[in-house]
Amino acid sequence: MKKSFAAIVSVAALLAATPGFAAEVKIGVLLGFTGPLESLAPAIASGAELAIAEVSESGEFLDGSTVTPVRGDSTCVDAGAATTAAERLITSDGVAAIVGAMCSGATTAVLQNAALPNGTVMISPSATSPALSTVEDNGQFFRVAPSDARQGEVLADILEEHGITEAALTYTNNDYGKGLADSIASAFEKKGGTITINASHEDGKGDYSAEVAALASAGGEVLIVAGYLDQGGKGIVQAALDSGAFDTFILPDGMVGELLIEAIGPDLDGSYGIYPGSDSSGAEIFAKMAADNGFNPGVYSPEAYDAAALLLLAMQKAGSTDPAVFKGEVVSVANEPGEKILPGELAKALKILKDGGDVDYVGASAVELIGPGESAGNFREIEIQDGKIQTVKYR
Amino acid sequence: MEDALNALVLITNFALVPGLAYGCQLALGALGVTLIFAVLRFSNFAHGETMSFGAMIAVFATWILQDNGVSIDPLPTALLALPFAILGSILFVLATDRVVYRFYREQRSDQVIFIIVSIGVMFVMAGLIRFIIGPNDQVFTDGERFLISARDFRDLTGLREGLAIKTTQVITVVTTVIAMGLLFWFLQKTRTGKSMRAYADNEDLATLSGIDAGRVVLIAWTLSAALAAVAGTLYGLDKSYKPFVFQELVLPIFAAAIVGGFGSPLGAVAGGFIIAFAEVLITYAYKRFLGYILPESWVPDGLAQFLSTDYKFAVAFVILVATLLLRPSGLFNKRAAT
Repeated sequence: MKKSFAAIVSVAALLAATPGFAAEVKIGVLLGFTGPLESLAPAIASGAELAIAEVSESGEFLDGSTVTPVRGDSTCVDAGAATTAAERLITSDGVAAIVGAMCSGATTAVLQNAALPNGTVMISPSATSPALSTVEDNGQFFRVAPSDARQGEVLADILEEHGITEAALTYTNNDYGKGLADSIASAFEKKGGTITINASHEDGKGDYSAEVAALASAGGEVLIVAGYLDQGGKGIVQAALDSGAFDTFILPDGMVGELLIEAIGPDLDGSYGIYPGSDSSGAEIFAKMAADNGFNPGVYSPEAYDAAALLLLAMQKAGSTDPAVFKGEVVSVANEPGEKILPGELAKALKILKDGGDVDYVGASAVELIGPGESAGNFREIEIQDGKIQTVKYR
Repeated sequence: MEDALNALVLITNFALVPGLAYGCQLALGALGVTLIFAVLRFSNFAHGETMSFGAMIAVFATWILQDNGVSIDPLPTALLALPFAILGSILFVLATDRVVYRFYREQRSDQVIFIIVSIGVMFVMAGLIRFIIGPNDQVFTDGERFLISARDFRDLTGLREGLAIKTTQVITVVTTVIAMGLLFWFLQKTRTGKSMRAYADNEDLATLSGIDAGRVVLIAWTLSAALAAVAGTLYGLDKSYKPFVFQELVLPIFAAAIVGGFGSPLGAVAGGFIIAFAEVLITYAYKRFLGYILPESWVPDGLAQFLSTDYKFAVAFVILVATLLLRPSGLFNKRAAT
């Protein structure tokens, strides 16, 4: 009896680890389809699904295996719901890896409660909390997004170049907001600037005039809003403009989007900020591919494409969908040495890897994984002029 | 002198004007709650959702009017939509009374049962509203945004501080004054209003002297629904319409009604303003204000803020608890609390 059980287990293990025949590989796409960033999630999901479709159609992946995406809702704010969704993807849908989660809090919860116990590899396109750099991840967690520690430094540079010495700062009261606010404050103060107030705001309120009153009382030349563009961040900007408290706003990644300009109108002109982006030709190619596939590449949708591509390329290089095997290859396909791979060239990359070669995946967001498996960070500095997001330069 | 003016303008802009508008919205809400309590003798927790329901109809009516090119620029179109909102809320609330509350009234159920029933109604309404309009923000303000904007005020007066008065804030105050005037006239001067007050004072005596209880209940619901629709629409117009917010508003509204004395209309109005100004003034950061009126060396480094704005609702709660401990019948109520 014992013997036959061992035999079954070993056969099962063999089946799971053997790439010898074509199979269907599932990739989880775990994003905040509902919740404070729901307006950004569809474009991010489309980015990931674009890469998955490209790999699947190439016929080169693991001896002709097909890849299908399975969506899950990480909600952004509800750690319990995010964990449940991840657990479902892993145990019930049987995904080989996860692209996600989207927000930092949800990502931490999913990593600790679902991915680590089940041994699943996840790559987040958009979780930026500095806390994720040091979290215990067993080599299973990567992110294509840079840590907010880097975003804070870039923002501090921009503030210095604009000659700002005093700024008020408000952040959305969660892991992302707090982490970003702290890194902006410490980077700005290191440069000799003063943060007059570092106050949180809650999302989902009807009225932000009291919060803005406190910010106005503290003073400052500009207001840095480390929030969400369709939640409290918008409310704060609106209330600050209404009461004449601030005219210029500094917008980090969660605040840059057409939606904010639509909601606020011409008063937003002159505000500036940054969001992830690079001047490599990858971004342009990706934008064109996105347009051909009928979606608008929003914030973090290039990163999602790259996250999915990295997962699949790592599997190809390892020749296996077993996370314990391919997790070691993610960094090696992302970095040098090897042939540079841009978006749309995944079939070529798969072929090189199959023939035993090396690739250096550049992708849509100029991926370079550093340290604990996170992006070094490229940012696009933007300014809002005449109701349009204008790119000033890349950093 | 100029410093004193700056200080005055500053606190008016950031505390007094928003506080006044917020107070009006709370007072209207508290009036509706207190009317139901006076006549039907239970706390209607579904009142917040009634406000939301009224505002929702106002949003839809505004959209329809806008689509048909109806406009009363510079005033917001929502004002034209207000009658529809009032009518819709009244019909909905009367239907609720007919289907739900009447059953328990005929059973002569306990007060506690009514309260729990109203919580049930609240959840059903909340679900219904989310089902119809969705959980998201809806902006339906149009027309001229400001009576005077902060920048214009600065240019006009040459002061350092600006004073912004939004059109919606003025509309809120004016509408509230009109609604309250009509209500108090109705309660004090008309026969029906008097019979309502009689019924509120002593149910049995009123019924014995020939007052039709069913009619009084009907009118109480009608008035409460109308006030809720006005309060909800004004709140949504002034801030933004978001279904979730109205559930949170129930706390300050009940605090206002209880502080003033449950069942006392005048008390509800006073309570509304007490809660609103307490919330705003206690969470206001006085640093800049003090900077204008104090000599430079006395100005504090900190924000001079009693409580973080995160604790806004806690202020309402503390006042509520303090009232219940010190003067349970409320400030304006002669009757002992039941």
